This record gives sequence, structure tokens and C-alpha cells, in this order.
Amino acid sequence: MSADEKGGVSVGASDALLSVQDLKKHFPVTKGLFKRQVGAVRAVDGVSFDVRRGETLGLVGESGCGKSTTGRLVTRLLEPTGGKVVFDGHDITHMTQPKIRPLRRDIQMIFQDPYSSLNPRHTVGAIVGAPFRIQGIKTEQGVKKAVQEILELVGLNPEHYNRYPHEFSGGQRQRIGIARTLALKPKLIIADEPVSALDVSIQAQVVNLLEDLQNELDLTYVIVAHDLSVIRHISDRVAVMYLGKIVELADRKNLYESPMHPYTNALMSAVPIPDPARRKDRERIRLQGDVPSPLNPPPACRFHTRCWKAQVICKTEEPPLVELAPGHQVACHFPENADKVSASAAAKIVQNVDEALDPKRPVA
Amino acid sequence: MTTPSASPAPGSFLELRDLRIHFPTEDGLVKSVDGLSFKLERGKTLGIVGESGSGKSVTSLGILGLHKGGRAKISGEIWLDGEELVGASQDHVRTLRGKKMAMIFQDPLSSMHPFYTVGQQIVEAYRIHHKVSKAVARKHAIDMLGRVGIPQPDKRVDSFPHEFSGGMRQRAMIAMALSCDPELLIADEPTTALDVTVQAQILDLMLDLQREFNSALIIITHDLGVVAELSDDILVMYGGKCIEYGAAEDIFYRPEHPYTWGLLGSMPRLDREPTERLLPIKGTPPSLINVPSGCAFNPRCPYRERTGGKATTEVPQLVESDGGHLVRCHMPREERRAIWENEIKPMMEGV
Repeated sequence: MSADEKGGVSVGASDALLSVQDLKKHFPVTKGLFKRQVGAVRAVDGVSFDVRRGETLGLVGESGCGKSTTGRLVTRLLEPTGGKVVFDGHDITHMTQPKIRPLRRDIQMIFQDPYSSLNPRHTVGAIVGAPFRIQGIKTEQGVKKAVQEILELVGLNPEHYNRYPHEFSGGQRQRIGIARTLALKPKLIIADEPVSALDVSIQAQVVNLLEDLQNELDLTYVIVAHDLSVIRHISDRVAVMYLGKIVELADRKNLYESPMHPYTNALMSAVPIPDPARRKDRERIRLQGDVPSPLNPPPACRFHTRCWKAQVICKTEEPPLVELAPGHQVACHFPENADKVSASAAAKIVQNVDEALDPKRPVA
Repeated sequence: MTTPSASPAPGSFLELRDLRIHFPTEDGLVKSVDGLSFKLERGKTLGIVGESGSGKSVTSLGILGLHKGGRAKISGEIWLDGEELVGASQDHVRTLRGKKMAMIFQDPLSSMHPFYTVGQQIVEAYRIHHKVSKAVARKHAIDMLGRVGIPQPDKRVDSFPHEFSGGMRQRAMIAMALSCDPELLIADEPTTALDVTVQAQILDLMLDLQREFNSALIIITHDLGVVAELSDDILVMYGGKCIEYGAAEDIFYRPEHPYTWGLLGSMPRLDREPTERLLPIKGTPPSLINVPSGCAFNPRCPYRERTGGKATTEVPQLVESDGGHLVRCHMPREERRAIWENEIKPMMEGV
């Protein structure tokens, strides 16, 4: 689907801090002495979304769906194969390193593993102060004072300035990582599984901290996670990814109360509910098998191999990501909760259903 | 240490009595498990919940006898089907592993041998307990792989662990654990490394297999959702001790320990209206070398002032609050219940 088709849906440039259009990342697979390319892992294969100022966008999906790669493309830790990333009016898709460096002040990243993302030989002061050093920024009262203020902001003891990462617990390390991203007062923070490596009680602390910081510092978040409950708690809008594509994008309430894509439905029904009374009567959609390899994704709708609603059209024609209800984009020929669908989109679905019921008619 | 205990063999299938597993280290004695007791019947599931370092995995390895011969100091009693295991010899416990009890580990890639095919590993375990030919054992392995839902088991039996996906590897691990029909199955974080859709498949599979074999199941996890799906009884561990034990309904609908409240409040839930904020527990889990004096939870407990000064001086006892519901807390029962009903529950359900 091209970016133009989506034109009516996308928000104006003024309130979109980040705009991603048809973003692609293919990792080459090589073979033999001369590293001949024999294929490509289509980790991200045409993803478009906007992130508005001050909102939190959740990117959710199973492992291998391309959500982390998307996060890394947006921060330009990876070079996109195709598409466009526009941050705050600047096209950063293929910007060179010297040019992008000033912009890195505004885009920061929180990593998943608080153990491997901090240099064990640097003190907390050096880690959190590194952004000042790299960007060559002078602060009024010196870097040390600035770092201590940030440490206090994220709930760490400023006296721990000279300690090393190994002296901290997992939750505290994640706070150090967060402090580092906040050092230069960024506009956009990409958080890649910020809480999944932490204990349950610590997860809640970090989630609350992220929310407090957003309110205080006016931050915009893109949160990448696999945990649907955490994503629902923290996000304003949620994008569900499957095999390198966004299959559904909607605001939190619509997505969780009336999911339209069968995959979103299956994901949600798979989440264990912490209520012993419900286990007997709940209906769970059991998906068959594993996620197919992104090296050789299924043609047309990528979910058709596991979808219980799949028809001929799903194997021949890729469903575009279109707005079926206000603010609710879905890429499916036969969406669920169809009563929420707007009239024009409903006509197309009825046509799909007719074709599916009458296989003699040639598929469009 | 083979002191035959004075207490008679219990009627339960599995019973732990005051199990202690301590590790001497250079920095001090690590009391990973410190006085744990519970019972489990055949066909029932016990969920053990706790954060990292609470002693839940050490408990499971202790039941399997995998700490024997190491540096661990083990005391107490483990009764499995009328047999005491703490005093039993290493060789004897080895004959029980596999057939009488088996374990599903968290990370199937590191708990399988990378050099042997999945089939060879199942065959080896099976032939230790059954005097059968390799061909018969191989048939059995194929049969087991098929039952846990691996497609084309006759081909996949010759695959190496690295050729399987995460979910398939976990299934192969389950097939291996179940190959000798163990009567006690311990699953240590069996689905933590898996995606939700695969997790759902594995949980269903474990329930089906448990029903089929009528085995006793211990599931160890930090995910309260997984526990609620599977468990009859739940044991909450903190700092090496059981701090609350009861039927799943007790723990989820009438929890009485502040730590259990904290766990429930920390968790965003899909089955309820979203709350504004999560209610985390302050601080971090204790180091097991330096367990806080008195109640191990006291530095993190918001109600420590209500214990009349006993929080830091006296270790609370695990006391029965209601039929089978045990709580380790200094606060009187009525006060705990009032706090849950009036303060915690309304906040968790949102406004």
C-alpha cells in the first residue's frame, strides 16, 4: 500500500512528531565464498504510521514480527532498505552520520536488557554523562550536577554517581538506562521492551516512572513490547505487527474492546487471565503452528496460513491497511467486529464474502 | 545425613516438611529455601509464585535431588509416594528421576544437548527406565513427539535442537520429560521464553497431558496469569519462605499478605478496565545473604507500622487464616481482611 492512499488518514505534519511511510528493512542472506546473496529476511516490509506529539504508540507482536527492527530503523541504528522516516520535519531516512548527530539529541532509545546495555567499566556518572560529552554540551553548573539531577528524577540516589552498574539491581539499572536517555531532554523516546527483563513488582515501578516522566517532560513514546497488558496500560494508540507488517492500528480502547483483525483477536485470547474462575468458561482461539519464516513469508495476506477465516482471496490478494472505522486501520479481507465498520468499507467486505462463498467467480 | 525421621510417612503423594536448602558462600550463608512445607496430591497442580531470588527454582531442584553432592546444606523432609528423599542416596534418587519425577526447564535450548538429535535424547532417557531395544524406544520417542503436537514426528525425531523453533523445542522438552510417564512433573517457568500464542498452546498441552496421566504438577512462574490458568493451589514465596498459601481462589479473591497484594497490584490486567496507575511494591527483593531481620518483607511493606513494632524483631509464623489458607504476617487477621476489602481491592478495580 502506498503512502498516498493513506493520505486521508494520516495526521497533519504539524502534530505528527514522527512519520514513517512504507518503511522496509531486508537483511540479505548470503552464501558461499563470494557472499552471493541468495535471499533476504524481510524483517520490516512496508510499515506506515504516525506518532503524534505527546502520545504513546505501542508496537506489539510476537518475536520475529519486526517490532524491534522498526524501533531501530526509526532511531537510525539500522539503515532502512526503503521507505521514509520523517522526524519533526526532517527526512532522516538516509541522513549521514554527521548530519544526524545533532538530531540524536531529540531521539533516544531505552533498551531491553539492563545488563548488557550499560558498560560495566563505566561509572553511573560516566554513563549518564556520556550524552553531554558526545554532543559537546556545556551545562550551567557542570555535568556532574546535571547528571545528579537526572538521577534524582528517575528515583535513584544522586550519591551513587561514582558506582558501577554491577552494584545495582535490574530495576535500578533500567532506571540508569532511562536516565541516560533523558539527559539531553529528548522529544521522542523509543523503548524496546523496557520492562520485560524485570520482576513483576519492579515492572510496575518502571511503567509508572515512564508515565510520570512523560507528564513532567512532555515526552513522546514509541514502546515496543510483546506483553499486551503492559502495552494496553501505557499506550494511547497501538499497532499490532505480524511478519513485518502492521495488521491493525487503532487507539487503545477500540483495539482492545473491538479488535478487527483475526490475529489481534487470537493474540488477546491467548493472554492468560489472572482470574481462576474464568479459566473454565473462556474461549481461546488456538492458532496452529508457529509464525512462518520472514525469509519466505506467505504470499498475499501473511496471516492466511494460520487464519481460520482465510479464503481464496487471502492467498491471492494482499489486504491493504485501510481505515475501517474512525481511527481504526485494519489489513484484512474479512475483519471481525464488523458492526463497527463504516459503510463504504463494509461494502468491500460484503463483496469479499460473496466471492468467497461463490468460488466459481474469478477472484478480482 | 541419613537420620531416619521419627515422623511417619504421610498420606499425601508429595509432602515437604520444613525443607531448608542453604548454600555456604564466601560472603555468608545463602538461605535459598528456609523452612518450606506443603502437600500435593496426584492429579493436582500447585503453582509456586515469586520474584527472582525467592527460592522457587532451588526448591524444585531440591525435590529432584539435583543439589545432592554439591555444596548445598539440605535439611528437612521430602516425602514422595511414601519415600523420604532428603536422606536417600544420590544413586537412589537418580533411579527415581525420569520415571517417578521429571522436570521441564525454562530454557530448552540450554537444557538439551546440542550434539545429539532430539530423538537420541528421548531414547536415552527412556531406555534407562525400560529394558527395550533402540528401535522400540525410537518408536516411543516418535509417538511422544507426535502427542505434544510436533508435525511430522517421524522426520523431526532426527533433528537437532537448534533446528527447532522456540515453541517446538519446548514441546520436545515436554515430550522428553513425559516419555517415562512421571508421576510428579515440575515445570520451571515453562512458557516464559515463549510468545503468547505459543504459550497458550503449551499450557493447554500441559493440562491435557496432566489429565491423561493423572500426574501431580508443580508449576513455577512469576506470571500470575499462567498460575491462575493452571493451579488448584498457590504458594507465594518471598525470601526463601512461603508467605501465603491457599486455593487459587483464596489467593486471587481473598489475598491476605501485603506482598501478594503488591504482586496483584503490579500487574496490568486485560480483563478489567484500565486503571490510571499500577500499584507497585516499593524497593527491590532482598538479597538472600542479607535477609532483613524479622519479617523479610518489612522494608517494602506499607503496613509495617501496624505490626506493633514486631516487623523488624520477630519472624512471623505461617498461620492458618481460614480452611487451608495460610498467611505469614504480623497483622491480625481481621485487620488484613479489612485492608484488602476497603483499601486494596477498590484501588485495583479502578474507579
